[in-house]
Amino acid sequence: MGDVIRLHDLTLGYRRHPAVHHISGGFADGSLTAVVGPNGAGKSTLLKAVTGALRPLQGRVTLEGVDRRDIAYLPQQAEIDRSFPIDVLDTVMLGHWRRVGAFGAITAAMRDDARAALAAVGLAGFERRPVGALSAGQFQRVLFARMLLQDARLILLDEPFTAIDARTTADLLALVRRWHAERRTVIAVLHDLEQVRAHFPRTLLLAREPIAWGPTAEALAPANLRRARAMAEHWDDGAPVCDRGAAGAA
Amino acid sequence: MTAYDLLAAPFVEFAFMRRALVACLALALGCGPVGVLLVLRRMSLMGDALSHAVLPGAAIGFLVAGLSLWAMSAGGLLAGLAVALTAGLVSRATAQREDASFAALYLIALASGVLIVSSGGSTVDLLHVLFGTILAVDDGGLILVASIATVTLLTLALLYRPLVAECFDPGFLRAVGGGGAPVHGVFLTLVVLNLVGGFQALGTLMAVGLMMLPAAAARFWAEQVWTLALVAVVLAAASGWGGLLLSYHFNLPSGPAIVLVAGAAYLASMAAGPVGSLRTRLFPGRHLRA
Repeated sequence: MGDVIRLHDLTLGYRRHPAVHHISGGFADGSLTAVVGPNGAGKSTLLKAVTGALRPLQGRVTLEGVDRRDIAYLPQQAEIDRSFPIDVLDTVMLGHWRRVGAFGAITAAMRDDARAALAAVGLAGFERRPVGALSAGQFQRVLFARMLLQDARLILLDEPFTAIDARTTADLLALVRRWHAERRTVIAVLHDLEQVRAHFPRTLLLAREPIAWGPTAEALAPANLRRARAMAEHWDDGAPVCDRGAAGAA
Repeated sequence: MTAYDLLAAPFVEFAFMRRALVACLALALGCGPVGVLLVLRRMSLMGDALSHAVLPGAAIGFLVAGLSLWAMSAGGLLAGLAVALTAGLVSRATAQREDASFAALYLIALASGVLIVSSGGSTVDLLHVLFGTILAVDDGGLILVASIATVTLLTLALLYRPLVAECFDPGFLRAVGGGGAPVHGVFLTLVVLNLVGGFQALGTLMAVGLMMLPAAAARFWAEQVWTLALVAVVLAAASGWGGLLLSYHFNLPSGPAIVLVAGAAYLASMAAGPVGSLRTRLFPGRHLRA
């Protein structure tokens, strides 16, 4: 079983300050991984680099057998205009984009798929509601329905359950488990360690540098969590230029 | 005076009124949907900026060929596209956002336009360029606005999906590899085209009125992009008709009369429209059971 994502000595950041520092490793095809760590640990930044939206300061990300455009990515704060005059079904139908593009015809079967996806997230009957009339939890269900249609091999979720009610979280976690059972690769940035322990077989504990990466029980051992907290408290505006792995890069 | 005398007779009796009305209807067809998309893309003020940007080009056309429709339209189109393109490039190449670079460039364009016209023509000419001459629209002018409306509607029909998807969720569209700069560029071209069409009828300062006011008013009537566009077209056409009648009966300048009728429609919609208006906020009505 190979890796679908490989990180090669990857450093990511903003204004030359690293948010993720020299990380190497891989996400196995079909794995279900939680990314946890303190605020500012670089979790969201890592996902952005995998989607290709952020250029690395050093190192690179390689994808095996997946096109970047075939990643289903749920950002933490989507740039979605919630007041936009569009209904729920049309929003979900955007998930067909890779198949129909800007000009292709939407078939009746695609419409049925979209309705089925809405039913799968518990929103049957909401097809013609404007998205502005939905609660935060309902809207998150709509975005999950859109990801269902994307039918992606690789799914990245950035804090998908933050500020979402318990019932919705449980329903959407069931979808994540279904994706895992379908051998899709899922990576989710999460905060709730209990949730991670209960549902995610593997964990990457990140605090700018990878603290631990492996089976969840080992990665979330108390010693690792303490180290992660200590790492996060370092931040130096006057930090000198890092020379680790700089051979050839300088 | 009967309703017929009031509402229809001027158009039946006078050919220049009929031409003006046809020009308004054609403008409404193009400007309505373009305005709706401008509002949805949060570019309302950019429409304004672009309408001013058209001026120096039209002025140069005027200096070269006099009051020639084609020279002024071509000049206006080029100047508008140049400002749109430069603003886009500035926002991509520097840290400045597109709206700020638009504002900077249109002020430069407006000032140079006024300077060019006043150095080469009389004040009357300047007034023509600034406020338009819809009552003097000739066959060439009608063909121009009708062509622009046709091109606009066909292009929007073709680009509807990426345009809507890009204003609703730009991040998603980028991730799946759709939309982007080409679609944005074609859309800005449509905006400039419609402003050029509106400019010879209503003038550079008023052209944007028939684009933005009906579009902004439509937001209080409809909840889907295509219904918004439909409402905007109807409001724009009605404003043209009402404005021409006002200008005829009370001997007012036609451009401002049309824009003011559109403005009145906007205020009425804001006060009493069925979606998110003052009325629905103040008097929401009794709630439903479920």
